[in-house]
Amino acid sequence: MLSLIVFLPLAVAVVVAAVPSLGAAAARWAWVAVSAVELVLVGVLWAGYEDPGPNGLAFEEQVPWIPGVGSSYHVGVDGLSLPLVAMTAVVFLACAVYALRDGERPRAQTALFLFLQGVSLGVFVAADLIVFFVFFDLSIVGMYFVIAGWGHGNAARSALKFFLYTFLGSLALLLGFIGLYVASDPHTFDILELVAATPLEDNPLAGGLVLAAILVGLAVKTPTVPFHTWLPPAHTDAPATGSAVLAGVLLKMGTYGFVRIAMPILPEAWRGWAWVIVVVGIVSVLYGAFVALAQTNLKRMIAYTSVNHMGYIILALGAVGLIAGDTAQARSVAVTGAVVQMVSHGLITAALFLLAGVMRTRAGTYDMGAYGGLATPAPRFAALFAIAAFASLGLPGLSGFIAEFQIFAGSIAVAPVTAIALPGILITAALFLLALQRVFTGPTQGQSPGFADLHGRELWSVGPLLALSLLIGVLPQVLLGVIEPASAALVDLVGR
Amino acid sequence: MSGPPAVLLAMVVLPATVGCVLALARPRRGAVPIALVTSGLTTVLAFAAALTRPAVSYPFVVGADFALDVDALAALVVPMIATVTFLVLVFSAGNIRESRGRFHGLMLIFAAAALVTATAASIPALLFAWEVMGATSYALIGFWWRDVDRVSAGLTAFITTRTADLGLYVAAGAALAGGTGMALADLPAGQGPWRDVAAAGVVVAALGKAAQLPFSFWLSGAMKGPSPVSALLHSAAMVAMGGYLLLRVEPLLAATGWAGPLTAWVGVLTAVLMGLVALAQRDLKQLLAASTAAQLGFVVLAAGVGAVGGGAAHLVAHASVKALLFLAAGAWLTALGTEDLRQLRGVARRWPVVGVAASVAALALAGIAPLSLWATKDAVLTAALESSPWLYAAGLLAAALSAAYAGKALWAIWRRGARADDTGGVSTLEQAPLVLLAVGAAVLGVLALPPISGMLADALGGHGQVPIVELAVSAVIAAIVLLLMLRLRTPAPRWARRWLGLEAAAQAVVVRPSLTVAHALARFDDHVLDRAVNAVAGSVPVLARSAARVDDHVLDRAVVAVAGRVRRLGHLARAPQTGAIHQYFLQTVAVLAAGAVVWSVYAVMG
Repeated sequence: MLSLIVFLPLAVAVVVAAVPSLGAAAARWAWVAVSAVELVLVGVLWAGYEDPGPNGLAFEEQVPWIPGVGSSYHVGVDGLSLPLVAMTAVVFLACAVYALRDGERPRAQTALFLFLQGVSLGVFVAADLIVFFVFFDLSIVGMYFVIAGWGHGNAARSALKFFLYTFLGSLALLLGFIGLYVASDPHTFDILELVAATPLEDNPLAGGLVLAAILVGLAVKTPTVPFHTWLPPAHTDAPATGSAVLAGVLLKMGTYGFVRIAMPILPEAWRGWAWVIVVVGIVSVLYGAFVALAQTNLKRMIAYTSVNHMGYIILALGAVGLIAGDTAQARSVAVTGAVVQMVSHGLITAALFLLAGVMRTRAGTYDMGAYGGLATPAPRFAALFAIAAFASLGLPGLSGFIAEFQIFAGSIAVAPVTAIALPGILITAALFLLALQRVFTGPTQGQSPGFADLHGRELWSVGPLLALSLLIGVLPQVLLGVIEPASAALVDLVGR
Repeated sequence: MSGPPAVLLAMVVLPATVGCVLALARPRRGAVPIALVTSGLTTVLAFAAALTRPAVSYPFVVGADFALDVDALAALVVPMIATVTFLVLVFSAGNIRESRGRFHGLMLIFAAAALVTATAASIPALLFAWEVMGATSYALIGFWWRDVDRVSAGLTAFITTRTADLGLYVAAGAALAGGTGMALADLPAGQGPWRDVAAAGVVVAALGKAAQLPFSFWLSGAMKGPSPVSALLHSAAMVAMGGYLLLRVEPLLAATGWAGPLTAWVGVLTAVLMGLVALAQRDLKQLLAASTAAQLGFVVLAAGVGAVGGGAAHLVAHASVKALLFLAAGAWLTALGTEDLRQLRGVARRWPVVGVAASVAALALAGIAPLSLWATKDAVLTAALESSPWLYAAGLLAAALSAAYAGKALWAIWRRGARADDTGGVSTLEQAPLVLLAVGAAVLGVLALPPISGMLADALGGHGQVPIVELAVSAVIAAIVLLLMLRLRTPAPRWARRWLGLEAAAQAVVVRPSLTVAHALARFDDHVLDRAVNAVAGSVPVLARSAARVDDHVLDRAVVAVAGRVRRLGHLARAPQTGAIHQYFLQTVAVLAAGAVVWSVYAVMG
């Protein structure tokens, strides 16, 4: 089942790439169809999911692959990965719908995005470090071509920067993986076996070094301050769908790596480094928010809010490593909040980037100063952007609040000092409201007159993302029911 | 006693859903009747809920339910919120002419959020409604969004109150750490310092919404919204909910020991200082706005001294008074295009229904017996006297100031010399709600008088006794001050006219430094961090080039040089090979001779 989900888009990508006679419309609709089938498959997965228990996986599949180094094709899902798998399927379908009328090289674009979808899903279901790493790196390759091939502005340079920076990060990650392999006995790359064995438990120095390598690798991808500088140019110059996938899906690979690999395999080292991680989280939250506040380019601003939003996740995960007294419940709340934030940020930021893409298609600029009073010619656009902005600033009723409330309640209960990150949600609120004010209110001027309102395909791509955010915001149990047992299990694993 | 939860759910979900649909779909017609029917049904449900006291709870976030409960306090306030909303919407049907779908939709969401706030029994439910209320107020204050200053005022309101809201996030963490769970009623049982942290967080959040010092300034800008918005925001939702939250958590305030007196003093200081601010205003809506902060000061004071019954009565009576006054101001603004008190001269004579209704409310605001706020305020002041004579004295001063600013407005609207250049009229739809509210403003004082005060005190806290002497003292003071205002010119010092300079202070202390930091960090990000990364990346080609140079000029040259030497050696080696036999013999003799010499030297040296 999982293999079907991962390899269906990859197979179709190969077919689409290999058949040059495929028309533009056929390619576009093939993309939508495959993404829709993927979503249905994930829905079936979700419906049949039962919590597999601590350090277990549901829908597990294992086939020998490179037995010489103890690596196998091993996949499965649990409460930490299933929500991300679902979110990935949703974001890619939204992009497929959004791109239905894009003109440029549709066949290549379809093939590339299906490839990206396959490898992204592969990362989230991988239960073997080598499988994880292969998909992780392939996602970087795919995104490089998306930015370089369909981007604008200084796309080639931004794509190269993105590629080199994140590729370097992945090398650090590989180093860490090899460290785990060498330290395990018997040598293995299997994540479940490594979690059960907790190698390097009694070797704090080596454990710390391996964790450092993994942390740096994941921190580049997440990204956290100070490894984030590839993000703004990559987003600014990427096409709308590329930005949506990059922010919505690819960034989560970093944070997912923390909960899947770093925390359960190296609990001892994680606890030892917890304060460092908390501080990195706090700095990312505040730094990302402040820098975003100063931006005049809408896409750059959204990019920096991603640094802020990822910071909340890091903050919460760091707090989980601070074992003090009877705080298991609070730490579990924090982990749950962090996983919700991954899903929530994926939905909301994808919506924001797709909406920003509309501005470029219509008026060719992301500069907020070039607009004004845009709500007059484009009321639907204004309404959806406002909802997405409020979702992103953590307004209750939308998913961001569920994430941030749990992150803060849990983190503050474990480590009161994390409250100094609270102004982050205030600054985010201010910057989004200022952006709304600059672009949409006041007299209609600049690029605004004649700005066409959202079309059907734009509405149908962004609308469902926000509707899901609303669903999670009002009835969070649909999501939390899956996440909760897994986060409680993770808290136990880190506490070992 | 607990009634059917469906009543409570419907009371909240109905206006919220209809509001969302109206706000998003923006129907060109039909919005007004739909909103009125919805609001009417909600009001019926609210009274039903108050009578049956239902409670609902469903799992929300990890470890905390979304819990709503109509307890005695909520049962008093929920019908008030629903009724005032309904009356304000009736007025709006005659007053708001454009974007009616959006307006009525947002108002319904606003009211739904207030209803959830009033019934919330757990921190997540409270914070949920609390922030939705703030965001809706942003959208409503900036309702006329083509004017940037109005949107900007909405932004100030949202950001200021959200600053205070952060207190609730801290309180949630403290509740989790204190081991009590997130039910509001359990907070007083928290362990050690966590209980104090939770109390501090809740108090800050409540003071922000209630526009108490030092947060009061956002109310001034909030006047830029449509008048019906002000009417609802000041009476039944948002600001009122700030005071309400403190009444709700009074046991927590009392349990900490310090939070009660602190709250009481903040309340009474706000009542005095905002009373002065109100007195100094020349604009009717600004005067009313400052008076809201001042009147909420009495509610906050009540929470601080444990007079929950008196505070709740004051809140409910004030809702009626203030909704009426804002609606009247709105009617005049629509008819005359001004809210300047000097321009409003004689306006009460021109539209007598509005004028009389507004006068009843103004007299009540002044504390004239036997109107509502006279009794409710004294219920609070009595409790304050038991706590501290200083609190009582400050409270009396604030009461005298209420009479002064109410008198200033009252005499202005009755003074002869009306302008004749008015452009519009006041419709029946605008007048009808005023009459009903005037009745409320007149009689709701019974909530603070025996026998009802005793029942309220039993259910809510406090004792419900108001000594006759105190009632008489305050009534006399109010009457004297009110009459004095006929003759006195009011002082209007700059600091009071400008709301104590609070907004300027917030700009200088918080906003500008934040923006400076933001720009500095953005520059740092571009010019230091990013450049450093680029420099590291840029150094790779430099390294590569120097490696290439080493490769070309050192390694390769060395190889070439070695090859050259070898070739030269080859040339040298070729030289003896001449092919001539005699020369080979000569070479052989020379080698043998050399060998012999070497051997003999070796033998001799031994």
